[in-house]
Amino acid sequence: MIGALTGLGGGVVIVPLLTLAFGVDIRYAIGASLVSVIATSSGAAAAYLKEGFSNMRVGMFLEIATTIGAITGAYLAASTPTRAIAIIFGVVLLYSAYSANKPPKDLLTDEPPDRFATLLKFDGSYPTDSGEKSYRVRHVPAGFGLMYVAGVLSGLLGIGSGAVKVLAMDQAMRIPFKVSTTTSNFMIGVTAAASAGIYLHRGYIDPGIAMPVMLGVLAGALIGARILPGAKVRTLRLVFSVVIAALAFQMIYKGVKGSF
Amino acid sequence: MAQSQAWGDKRFEVMMGRLLRFGVIFAAVWVLAGGIHYLTQSSGARPDYKVFQGEPGGLRHPLEIIRGAIELDARGLIQLGLLLLIATPVARVAFSVIGFALEKDWMYVGVTLIVLALLVYSLSSS
Repeated sequence: MIGALTGLGGGVVIVPLLTLAFGVDIRYAIGASLVSVIATSSGAAAAYLKEGFSNMRVGMFLEIATTIGAITGAYLAASTPTRAIAIIFGVVLLYSAYSANKPPKDLLTDEPPDRFATLLKFDGSYPTDSGEKSYRVRHVPAGFGLMYVAGVLSGLLGIGSGAVKVLAMDQAMRIPFKVSTTTSNFMIGVTAAASAGIYLHRGYIDPGIAMPVMLGVLAGALIGARILPGAKVRTLRLVFSVVIAALAFQMIYKGVKGSF
Repeated sequence: MAQSQAWGDKRFEVMMGRLLRFGVIFAAVWVLAGGIHYLTQSSGARPDYKVFQGEPGGLRHPLEIIRGAIELDARGLIQLGLLLLIATPVARVAFSVIGFALEKDWMYVGVTLIVLALLVYSLSSS
């Protein structure tokens, strides 16, 4: 619910909550978190798609990078010590907390179109108050590479990696904020599904843990969507970021101390 | 031409969005039903989640999960619901293949098939 309110993925809260507060093994926590990430992504897709901003071609092409990354990450998770996973998780949490408070800024460009972007038919337009606005997509290889990283993190930590996806699409590829947010929501579900398959096979997804987490997250998302219009998003984001940062330090501390 | 293509794109996406939401609601109701069954049935000792053991084989592979659910095993029922949920984005990608094929955009039919193949690999590998 807090996740839906602030626009941050709920996944970043679930793993620290389950491990730190309930003492659940981090592997079960990651499995449950992946499931909830899929639930939020697919559940929100209908609302996002009605707005019609998402760029399916960009999304699908970058999915190649994120799914390969997710599968890599899921395999890495088996051989990485859990305390190392906890430390990496903490660092990613800190970055998420930081990036959530940066106001979204469109870095639109008039530069000549990117060779790859033209070849892949990426350039598009989206509706604004002043009519249809077209945009060009830049730096496709850099975006593709960052998306692979996003996929690895998602597969390793069971999160949506929304912050890295936004970094790739907004900062590197210069896609307008509205388009990148909706496209990234679609991609998060597909990426999580790619690693969830491997987690399932490895026995990391436990029905007793995933069931309450999934239902809780869905209920929270429904309530969150109701009260979101009236909420002070900026204040909420700030509070949420402080909580996230505190969780991050605790994950890192416990990871270093070796209590995972 | 470009206009009508974009419009068709959007209508298709809205349809897919509804399909996804239906999938999620269906999976959630399924998991909830399995969960109620699970809670009423297991009054004994709870598994200890502090120690990682991994799930038994019957809760790991799609075909065996279905078998467990048919036998009305509560954990198997929940697991099938979770499997349905994991399948919703896969279904979306599969439908995108059709969407791009309707637009005769063969390059993206290829791109989408690669993504679909990766997803199927992840779900079926062991």
